[in-house]
Order: sequence, then C-alpha cells, then structure tokens
Amino acid sequence: MPRTITLKKGLNIRLKGEADKVIKEIKSQQFAVKPPDFIGVFPRMQVKEGDTVKIGSPLFIDKFRENISFPSPVSGKVTEIKRGDKRVLLEVRIESDDKNEQIDFGAADPAKLSKTEITEKLLISGLWSLIRQRPYGTIANPDQTPKAIHISAFDSAPLAPDYDFIVRRKGDEFQAGIDALAKLTNGKVHLNVSNTTTAKEFLECRNVELTTFKGPHPAGNVGVQIHHINPINKGEVVWFAGVQDVITIGNLFRQGVYDSEVIIALAGSEIIKSNYVRTRRGSCISQMVEGNVNEGLLRYISGNVLTGVQIMHNNYMGFYDSLLTVIPEGNYHEFLGWALPGLGKLSFSRSFFSWLTPGKQYKVDTNLHGGERAYVMTGQFEKVLPMDIYPLQLIKSILIEDIDEMENLGIYEIEPEDLALCEFIDTSKTEIQTIVRNGLELMRKEMS
Amino acid sequence: MKSLRTYLDKIKPQFQKGGKFEKLHSTFEAFETFLFVPDKSTSRGSHIRDSIDMKRTMSVVVIAMIPALLFGIWNAGHQHFLSLGEAAAFWDKVLFGAVKIVPIIVVSYITGLAIEFIFAQIRGHEVNEGFLVSGMLIPLVMPPDVPLWMVAVATAFAVVIGKEVFGGTGMNILNPALTARAFLFFAYPAQMSGDKVWIAEKADAFSGATPLAEAAAGVGSGAVHFSHSLSDMFLGFIPGSIGETSTLAILIGAVILAFTGVGSLRIMVSVALGGLFMGGLLNVFAVNAFMEVPFYYHLVMGGFAFGAVFMATDPVTASQTAKGKIIYGFLIGVMAVLIRVLNPAYPEGMMLAILLLNVFAPLIDHYVVEGNIKRRLKRLPKPVKA
Repeated sequence: MPRTITLKKGLNIRLKGEADKVIKEIKSQQFAVKPPDFIGVFPRMQVKEGDTVKIGSPLFIDKFRENISFPSPVSGKVTEIKRGDKRVLLEVRIESDDKNEQIDFGAADPAKLSKTEITEKLLISGLWSLIRQRPYGTIANPDQTPKAIHISAFDSAPLAPDYDFIVRRKGDEFQAGIDALAKLTNGKVHLNVSNTTTAKEFLECRNVELTTFKGPHPAGNVGVQIHHINPINKGEVVWFAGVQDVITIGNLFRQGVYDSEVIIALAGSEIIKSNYVRTRRGSCISQMVEGNVNEGLLRYISGNVLTGVQIMHNNYMGFYDSLLTVIPEGNYHEFLGWALPGLGKLSFSRSFFSWLTPGKQYKVDTNLHGGERAYVMTGQFEKVLPMDIYPLQLIKSILIEDIDEMENLGIYEIEPEDLALCEFIDTSKTEIQTIVRNGLELMRKEMS
Repeated sequence: MKSLRTYLDKIKPQFQKGGKFEKLHSTFEAFETFLFVPDKSTSRGSHIRDSIDMKRTMSVVVIAMIPALLFGIWNAGHQHFLSLGEAAAFWDKVLFGAVKIVPIIVVSYITGLAIEFIFAQIRGHEVNEGFLVSGMLIPLVMPPDVPLWMVAVATAFAVVIGKEVFGGTGMNILNPALTARAFLFFAYPAQMSGDKVWIAEKADAFSGATPLAEAAAGVGSGAVHFSHSLSDMFLGFIPGSIGETSTLAILIGAVILAFTGVGSLRIMVSVALGGLFMGGLLNVFAVNAFMEVPFYYHLVMGGFAFGAVFMATDPVTASQTAKGKIIYGFLIGVMAVLIRVLNPAYPEGMMLAILLLNVFAPLIDHYVVEGNIKRRLKRLPKPVKA
C-alpha cells in the first residue's frame, strides 16, 4: 500500500464548465513556441522567417546554456518571429505543411542506457526542456543530479484536466518516460497520485515510489507534494515534469522522435461544448474556440484560472499547459456590490450568504471585486496553504528584499502557483504570485 | 442606477489630475467606490478573485457591533430613568438614549473620516476602510454622557497619533479606538473615571456605580456589594460604556465575527480563558474582597467581553500567527484581570491589557516564526566531519 498523505488546508473552487470526457481531433495549421513560457531562458534564434523546419528541428537555444534547445512541434514553415518591447522574443510561429516530417533521434530502451546517454538524447532532441527544477521553476540543469524527481499525476486546480483520462492507453509510453527519468537521479522518482485515482497506468507503474494525496487544491501542486514527501533545503535541487511531458519523453525513447501530440481540456463557463481535444504543443486555439464560445467580452487562459496566462482568441497554447479556460471578463461597475447579501458570490469567507449553497458551481468573471489595500487581515492565507510556511511573513520579507529572511522562511519550497489561492482569497487584493516570482528571481540572481 | 453611474462618469474628470477639484480626488474616489464596486479586472496573477474586499470585511464588523449598539442606546435611557427613580416606557428610553448617543457616533465618524480623507489625499492613496470600524468602536467605548468635544479630540488624537503617523491602516501598532479611550482616560481623568460619568442626574438613594467600581470599593470596606445580579450583568442592565454592558449582545456579535471568519475565534476564546485562569488564581490566593469575587464575574463586568470580541481581535494590532494569537489572547485575559484586581486605580484593566499586548504582539510573532525557521534549519543534512 502506498503511503497516504492527507491535507486539510486548501480550497476547491467549483466553477461551471468542466470538460466532458470526449476527445475531439483538431487539425490546427498554426503553431507557436513562446520563449516567455520558459523562466530564465534568453533565446538565441536558430531559424529565420521563411525557413522550413521538421518536427524536432531546434527553433532557438538558450543563450546561457547552449545545449538546451527548443524543438518545433510541427513540420512546415517559420512564418513569423514576433518580438515585443525592447525586442523581447515573444513567439516563433510555424505554419504546418501537414507532412509531419520528423527528425529521427533513434529509438532506444532507456533501461539499457546510461545517465549520460539519456541526458544526451534529451538534449539533442530538445526535450530536455520538459524537465524543470525546483527551486525557481527553471529548466533543469543537465550537469546536476537532483535529490529526487517528482511527477504529480493529478491536477486539483479549478476545471483541471483529468490525467486518469489523458493517460489512458498510454501506459507504455508513460512507463518508458519514467524509466528514462529514473536514470537521472540517485534518489527516487516519486509518482504522486490522488486518492481517487483508478488509472492502472499510474497505480501499476514500476520504478517509482507511489504516494497518495488526499485533500483540496493545492494538493495536486508538485510543490506541496515535495514539501510533504521530502522538502527542499537550501542548496538542494528537485526536478519535476508533468504527466504529458513524461509521455512525450517516453515516446522519444520508444520511437526515436519528438511526438508533440498533447491532449488539452477545453473548459470554463463560456465554452459551449466543453471537451478534450487532441492537438500538438503550442497549437493555435482559434479552431477550438471559433463558434464554440458565448457572446461577450471573454478572457482566454492557457492554463487554469488561478495560475494560467492570458492569451488572445487567435493565440497559442503554452508549452507546458494542458488546459484552456474561457471565462467572462469582469470590467463593469457593480452598484453597492460589497453591501449586497451575495447569494451567488464566490467567497472563501462566509461574509456572503453563498455559504448557504455549498455545492453550487459558479460562473466567475475577472472582476477584482475591490481595490488594493495594505495588509489588514491575518490568518487567512494559512488556511489555504497546506505547508509549514508562514505566507504573510514570507511575502513581507520578499517585499523588503531581505534575502536571509526569505531563505529562512522557505522561499525555496514554493513557486507562485502554490500561493495562488492566497492571492485568490486576499482581502487586500495584492498580487501575491507576482511578488513570489520577483522574490524567486531575486534569489536566483543572488545565488548564481 | 444607470443615471447615477452616468453622472459619476461625467463629473469624474474634474476630480482627476488637472481637474477643478483635484484636491478632492481621494474623497471622490472613496464615495465612488462606496457606491460602485470598481470595474477593474485582474491583469496579473490569478484571473479570478474572491468576492470579499475590505469594505465587505469592515461592514461585517460594523454589523456585528449593531446588537451592542442598539442595546447601549436603550440602556443609556434605562439607566437615566432608573437613576431619576422614574418609570419610563420602552420607547422613551430608546429615544433618550438615541438623543445622547447618535451625536457621539456622528462626531466620531465626521472627525475621523475628515482626517482619513486628508491623509489619503496627501499620500495619494485610496481611502482605507479601517475607520468604518474604528468610527463605531470609539462611541461604543465612551460613557453615554461624554461631552462631544471630547469625542472629537479623542478621535483626532487616535487617528493621527494612533494610526496615520505609523503609515495608516494596516501599519498601526495600537488599536485606534482604544487609543482614543486611553487618551481621554489619562487626559481628562476627573471627567472620565469614578462613577460620576456614567449617569446624568442621580437620585440620592440610587447607586449608579459600575460593578467594577463596586468591586474596587470592596477592597477598602472589606466586602463587595454588587447592586446587580450576575444575570443583570450578563444581560447588560448595568451602568457602563455605551457598548460594553450587555455580554449577550456582544456574544451575538462574536458569533457573527467568528462564523464569517472575519474575527479570530482563537483570540476571543483565549482571552476568555486567560481571564478565567487569572480570576481563578486570584480566588485561590484571595486576601481581599475584590480577589474573592468569583472568577467568572470578570467575563461579564466592565469591558472584558467587548474588548475580547471587538478590540483584541483587531487583526492589525493583534498577533498574526495562529500560535501567537493564542498566547496574545491568553495574556490579555490574564493582564486585564490582574490590573483590575491588584491596581484599583485603574478600574478598567481591559483597555490597558490590550494596549500592552498590542505592543508585545510583534515580539510574540517573532518567536513563533523563529520556531518555524529553526524547524527548517534542523532539516538541513548534517555536515559530515572531515
């Protein structure tokens, strides 16, 4: 029996528009790889506009770590290299030619390869970018050996995709990916599953240490899981990857190619037919949402409503994301909104009468519901952070850039996503995830 | 409501930079956001946000104080007619109380908000909602007969010295409402202490002393004579500050605060436990009549209950960590009873106990957080000896 860790703190936000468990095929022509998806990467282009690329051709590399490259998800033509302010590289757009030409990196059984050979294969194919590290959330350093590797096999965020469903019939690929990762660490590969999972692809997985997690969001966050299994101390590094990332790595070893196929959940109150779609990484979302969303001003989010990135209706999915959420925008004035009884208002506190309807699913928009204030309330953040960390004290130490204090209070153990619920419930409407990211970036610069 | 919105949008430019009423920008914004929740949507971080904001939070606290306020209005009239030895109808008492108390509330809010608006304008901040609560708390800890000019002076002192000099709401060290009360207590001792202040005109045969004053008097005379029963004290048919007399009304507020999660139940309970503990200890080692007063009397006498529910729970001035809140609350209970019983010069120990622990709250938190840091350091792999 795997060990079960029960978390009591946290909050499940029940939103309308969960995806039905049906997979639709989407034939998107437009794709993009977006350098801002990769924290700390300074891109150096390897292709020009108009170049033809195959699946797996490197589009750009990291200027500071030149062996880390970023592969094209489709074969076709580079149509645009989009830059923003100060010429920051935003998107490398590729138009598919439907030929699906692939670069062959050579299949191999990971069990028979050494650590160096596996690292080499991942680097050459560009799939090393699927392995990320804590602290800082950057792409892992191939020269390091992590204390452990963690895979979270479930997502507890609002409207999150069901990985039991996604992994179905991909057990062999998942296992191959796990076998490859297991060679990269001297410690264990931890597969952290939900107590409700029934997927034998996870439960019968070999070469891993299985741990069961029970409790509300953020129980599915890998950071929370690491904290409870074997927390990160100063100077230590832990690697992590998502379920679909492991499958992609597995495919590299089984077939020798970059199989960029991913399954994405379409969810949110404004999607008319919520379901799962099969596409490739970095797909344009216009085919998924055209004629499939309600009228009105909408917000498209690559990822979930707490941590995702806002994109336009003709924009591209993030590299690591398996969820597209569409919710209404909230730019309207509400007359005496703070004084109404609030039967339909989503709130963690019980100051609105919505506590009378605990099972209700909410349609929530992007209104801030108030103005930014100084921190007044205390003891709230602790209720949604199942970690032995004092969030308010940590946030304040980040704001004053006190490096020793940040370290003492556990900044290495968190990523912005772990404190996303704190930001959601914050009465003072501060931008906690931005603060945490700034703190982590400060630490990363100080430590390197 | 649309016409109101259109009107606001029309006059808004005049209050913005370069407009005719630029200097009233904060004031305009305060009224605008009071009428309409802003149309601002999330730009970074979490795309959805909880419906709660500071206005909602503060209005819950104000609602929680309403039972105590309504009872206080009635009781002011009740005590007045009682002291005259006259019988009066329910509505006469309410009317008399309202005439006394409503002006106090109005003066407190006008003085405080005016200062808040000025500071917000100078700092270029939005007006913080903290004073919505302080403005109601200040009248509730005043005696019903307090002169209005004193309310104004005390409020101004509390807002400026108690809060704004530290940087405004969220930054203050001492509870502003208690700062106001303490200011009056020390600045105008003749008017504020003793039993003269509580009731207007007294019939000779009537004792208008508060239970606390009676208990303190017992130290000299050798025995405590309460002119009110324990149940009268609990229900609040006793002289005292406007909001503090009815423990029952305060408990209704406590339930609202604790249920909504706005006020810390942890603090309320630990204050009560601290008070009971110290009261019990004094009972055991009693050497005078006040020390012999049964320990549970302390919960219903004077401002203990009011302080525990509405003052000690102020999140800005209380301890911020869960463990810290328990220590902080317990010590308030202990100190309040200790000051009451052993230092009869200060009949109201609750006010001083809370102010004292306000000062110590950051220290308590420091040691609690230090514990967390030590746990984290202990986890580090032990250095291997060479």
